[in-house]
Amino acid sequence: MTEKALIPFTLIIFLLLVPGFVVIGVYLERKVSAFIQDRMGPMEVGKWGVLQLFADLLKLLQKEDIVPKAADKWLFLIAPFVIFVAVFAGFAVVPLAPDLAGSGAAVGVFFLLTIVSVDVVGLLMAGWGSNNKFALFGAMRAVAQIVSYEIPLGLSILCVVMLTQTLDLQAISFQQGIYAVDPVYLFEMKQFGLDISAIGGFLSWNIVRNPFLLIAYVIFFIASLAECNRAPFDLPEGESELVAGFHTEYSGMRWAIFMLSEYGMMLLVSLLGAILFLGSWNTPFPNIGPLRLADWTSGEPGTWFGYLSGAFWLLGKAVFGVLVQMWARWTLPRLRVDQLMYLGWKVLTPVGLVLFFICGVWRLIGI
Amino acid sequence: MQLTNRSKQVSNKEMTLMERAYIPAIATGLAITIKHFFAKKVTIEYPEVKRYLGPVFRGRHILKRDEDGRERCTACGLCAVACPAEAIQMVAAEREKGEENLYREEKYAAVYEVNMLRCIFCGLCEEACPKQAVYLRHDEFVPVFTERDQVIWGKDLLVEDMTNRYTREAWTKEEARALDAKRASGESTNVVPRAIP
Repeated sequence: MTEKALIPFTLIIFLLLVPGFVVIGVYLERKVSAFIQDRMGPMEVGKWGVLQLFADLLKLLQKEDIVPKAADKWLFLIAPFVIFVAVFAGFAVVPLAPDLAGSGAAVGVFFLLTIVSVDVVGLLMAGWGSNNKFALFGAMRAVAQIVSYEIPLGLSILCVVMLTQTLDLQAISFQQGIYAVDPVYLFEMKQFGLDISAIGGFLSWNIVRNPFLLIAYVIFFIASLAECNRAPFDLPEGESELVAGFHTEYSGMRWAIFMLSEYGMMLLVSLLGAILFLGSWNTPFPNIGPLRLADWTSGEPGTWFGYLSGAFWLLGKAVFGVLVQMWARWTLPRLRVDQLMYLGWKVLTPVGLVLFFICGVWRLIGI
Repeated sequence: MQLTNRSKQVSNKEMTLMERAYIPAIATGLAITIKHFFAKKVTIEYPEVKRYLGPVFRGRHILKRDEDGRERCTACGLCAVACPAEAIQMVAAEREKGEENLYREEKYAAVYEVNMLRCIFCGLCEEACPKQAVYLRHDEFVPVFTERDQVIWGKDLLVEDMTNRYTREAWTKEEARALDAKRASGESTNVVPRAIP
C-alpha cells in the first residue's frame, strides 16, 4: 500500500485523536491529581465523573467571547489558533503504525522541532495582544523558557539522530524492532556480534541500544516538560504573581483552545519521546526462543493487525508518558525563574553536549 | 521544651553533590505521591452515602408518642423557656372526655411549632422536657427550605408516626457513653434500637 493514499486517512485520525485525547487527558489529569492528594476527583457527572469534561465544554461554549477594549484585536483573536495550528501541524509527521504516517517527510525530526517553535510566536501574540501586564509578563517568561529549553531538547534528540543516522521518524521507528531493515546489534556494538534483529522487543529500543541515551531521555523528558509549560516548569502561569499568564484575558472557547493546545503539546512531546527513545510502534516484548512474544504482539507492516498493534503500542507509550508528566506535576513544587534558567543553561545544556560527544564516540567504536 | 518526638533538627550546612543533584529527593517525592495514588480514599460521598453519626446526634425535632400511641407532651412550656433561640411556641389545651387514647396527660399541646430558622439544635428542649416528649432525631436533618412556609414546623411534621416509629440505640448521653465503652471493650455490639425512652 502506498503511503500517499493514507495521508488523508491519518489526517482524519489525528483530527479525532487530538481532541479525543484532550477529553481523556483532562479527565486523567483531574483524577491523577485527586488520587495523589487522597481525593476522589470528579464523581458526579456520569459514572465516576467520566462526563465531567463534556459538562465543562458545554459551559465554555456558552460563555461570552470577551475581547478587551484596549487589546490589539487581531493579534488577540488569532493567537490561540496560531498556537493550536503549530501544535497540530507537529502531528503531521508522526508515524502512527508501520506504513501509516501523515507525511513521510525525510526531515521529520527537524520539521517537528521547527514547527513546535512557532508556538512561541502564538504565545507572544497572545501576551502582547492582550495589552495586560500580567499577560505580557507571562508570555515573556513562556518564550524565554521555551527558547532556552529547545537547546537541551535539540541536543538530546541529536544523540538519537546520530545513532539512527536519519531524520525520518518512520525510518527511526523501523530500526527499533523486529522489522528493522539492517541488522540490529545489542548496545549497537558490532564487535560483540550479538545480532538481536530477530529478538526485537525493548532490547532494540534506542534507549537500550546506547546506554547513554537513557540519560539523554531524562534530559529530553525534563526539556519537554519545560516546552509544554508543565509543572514544575509552569512559570508562565502563577495565580499569585501573574494571574493566568498569557491567557489571563481569554475566556470561553478561545481559552479552551489554549487548553486544547497544552494537552495536544503534551501528547506530541510524549509521542516524540516514544518514537525516538521507546521503540515507537514496536512491541516491548522480545522473542525468547520458542516464546515468539514480539511476533505475537505486533503484526506485519501493511496488515490490519500491523496497523492496530502499532497504533496501540505507540499510543500506549505516549499515554504512559503523559501520565508520568502528570505524576511529576502533582509531586514537584515549581522552580523559581532563576532556577529554571540555571537548570536549562548550566546543567542540561552542558550535560547534553557531553552526551552528544559520548554518543558520537560510541557510534565510532560501534562501527 | 520538647513538644513532639517528630521534630527534626535543621541546619543550613552546605549541600553535598548528591543533595544538589536533587535526583534522590525527586525519586523520594515521586514514591510518596504514587503511594498516595493507590491509597484508599477517605472521602464519604455525602448526599449519596451518609455516615452514622451516633445515637445522640442532634438532628430535627420529633414529638414522641408513648407505647399506646398517645402524645406525651403536656404543653408545660419548659422547652420553650429553655430554648436559647426562642424557636418554640405552643398553645395548650385541656383534654376532653374520650380523648384519653390521644393524649397521655390531662393537658396537651394543641399547637406546637418550631421555627427551624431560629433553632440552633442545642438540645436544651430535650433536656428540659419532664415528659420525655421532645427529642432531636439522630438520623434525620432539617431539609433545605426554599419557601417561607417550610420554615415553621407544626405538629403535622413533628409528631411521631406510629407506623414508622423513631428508634435509637441509646436515649440519653449516659446510655450512649456506656454503650460506647462496651463496644470499645468488645462486648455486646448488636444493640437493638428501641422506640421508647
